Amino acid sequence: MSEKKATRAAFGETLVELLYEGVDVYAVDADLSGSTTTAKLAAVAPERHLNVGIAEQNMIDVAAGLSLAGKTVFTGSFAVFGTGRVYDQIRNTVCYTKLNVKITPTHAGISVGSDGGSHQMIEDIALMRALPNMRVLVPADFNSTKAALRIAAATPGPFYVRMGRANVPSLYPDTGGFELGRARILREGCDVTIVACGVEVYLALEAAELLAAEGIQAEVIDAFSLKPLDAATILASARKTGFVVTAEEHSVIGGLGEATAALLAENPGVAVKPLRRIGVQDRFGTSGEFEELFREYGLDAQAIHDVVVE
Amino acid sequence: MRDSCNFEAVQAKVAALRTDIVRMITAAGSGHPGGSLSAVEIMATLYFGGVLNYDAENPKAEARDRFILSKGHAAPVLYATLANAGYFPREELTTLRAFGSRLQGHPDSLKLPGVEVSTGSLGQGLSISSGLAYALAFPASAQSPTVFTLLGDGELQEGQVWEAAMFAAHYRLSNLVAIIDNNELQIDGAVSEVMDVRDISAKLSSFGWYVLEADGHDVRALYKELTTAKAHKEGPAVVVAHTVKGKGVSFMENQCGWHGKAPNAEQCAAALDELCAPGEAALSVSDRPADREVV
Repeated sequence: MSEKKATRAAFGETLVELLYEGVDVYAVDADLSGSTTTAKLAAVAPERHLNVGIAEQNMIDVAAGLSLAGKTVFTGSFAVFGTGRVYDQIRNTVCYTKLNVKITPTHAGISVGSDGGSHQMIEDIALMRALPNMRVLVPADFNSTKAALRIAAATPGPFYVRMGRANVPSLYPDTGGFELGRARILREGCDVTIVACGVEVYLALEAAELLAAEGIQAEVIDAFSLKPLDAATILASARKTGFVVTAEEHSVIGGLGEATAALLAENPGVAVKPLRRIGVQDRFGTSGEFEELFREYGLDAQAIHDVVVE
Repeated sequence: MRDSCNFEAVQAKVAALRTDIVRMITAAGSGHPGGSLSAVEIMATLYFGGVLNYDAENPKAEARDRFILSKGHAAPVLYATLANAGYFPREELTTLRAFGSRLQGHPDSLKLPGVEVSTGSLGQGLSISSGLAYALAFPASAQSPTVFTLLGDGELQEGQVWEAAMFAAHYRLSNLVAIIDNNELQIDGAVSEVMDVRDISAKLSSFGWYVLEADGHDVRALYKELTTAKAHKEGPAVVVAHTVKGKGVSFMENQCGWHGKAPNAEQCAAALDELCAPGEAALSVSDRPADREVV
């Protein structure tokens, strides 16, 4: 784990790369193009970057309109506004009409930090997973975010790609090896399977180090693709270790934990021990720095470690 | 756009659309007659007056103008128009709202040719049309297709409409034409009483739109204003069409109770008596594949 970078930093950079590769790419943002980094596209192709002002509903449906003309369109804003405030636009226009719109807001999760609970979106995965025709990717670092955005651009139809504000360690040396519906095993082990997504992936790897020092070998899976979920990889690992823990910077309601719970419930006997879910326990966020928030909400490496050894 | 318009032909289509709307909603047992009947002349002028450039044989032709029904609950007038324009057989109209039908309760573009985008949740059509107009106008060309969208006056209560109104003017979308079906009624009563939208023309004008008004049941007036709006190249244009909800059926006119209620067989017969459509083959209610109840 080397240099730290925010997953959002991959957004604007990837848009520019896609443009230069010949993709008919557009971005629609809502007065947050510096924060989301879509401003990078505006800098090289201003006519392909539409700033709608503070008007998120219009943002989603302008994107829908662009997609009707064959464009590959990415939306911006923060996750709390870019999914929750515009759920109806995403549901009734983007998903119902199966449009080529990529819902790609940044600043998801409590790692937003000091802005506080109003801005810390912890239900976005639940909202987006529930939508027919929607695919959901939750990348863990800079390179996997680039890969996620590229998969979204290359695959017709609606996508949700979740990005964050916080700087997180680099886990992947490049953007290769990612596929829709495929999880990646980052560390092999035989005692417990930790299925994580987003920022929790590196924390799960840190937890695995703590556990290894105590003689517990954890297998860490990056569930990069939440929908479709890589059932085969998760079940195979569960069969091997008999014990599954999920970790997500999201409510325990409707996210990776519940997706995994459903998978294990539908495949009885695979895991011997009951599933444990690391996540935000049905409460809102609060202002604070990354480390104190992750300690308070039981999302840090120590919390993952403790759940495993309990 | 044709140089001249055969108003008699448009008027004949107006009559056909009205009888189709009444028959299909009766057959369905549910649906929205009031706001469908108020928009008949608007739709007939667009599709049969030569305002809208389309090819029913090639519904996805790149050069076509686009029409988006923002007030999606007026699906019957869209379906009747598309059927009469040749997008699908008129006989199919009586499958409205039935299980397995392409004619969903609200327009579904994945099912029915001629529907550009699915609508039904109000307030979204102007935003969608704006994004589409932007994309079609870039790179700039004199031949850029025009995007027409039809909104209800009650729909203007949705805040998103005004987000889109700002956007369209800011980006000077001169290939965008909005039409307001200003029938002054909504489900719960008069628009002015439920939530007064007040002076629509003044509002849109102050937002930077080129505003035109027309008697929404006069096809000559509509043709004049719609073609003027289409030709306007300084930014978005809107035609505020003053209409009567339930137009053409005396007992439905200006009655908000007919916003979303189907006539029974007796009411249907009375309505059809008023709506004589000489020379038009009438659809029979009994064409309905199966009787069923809709709640």
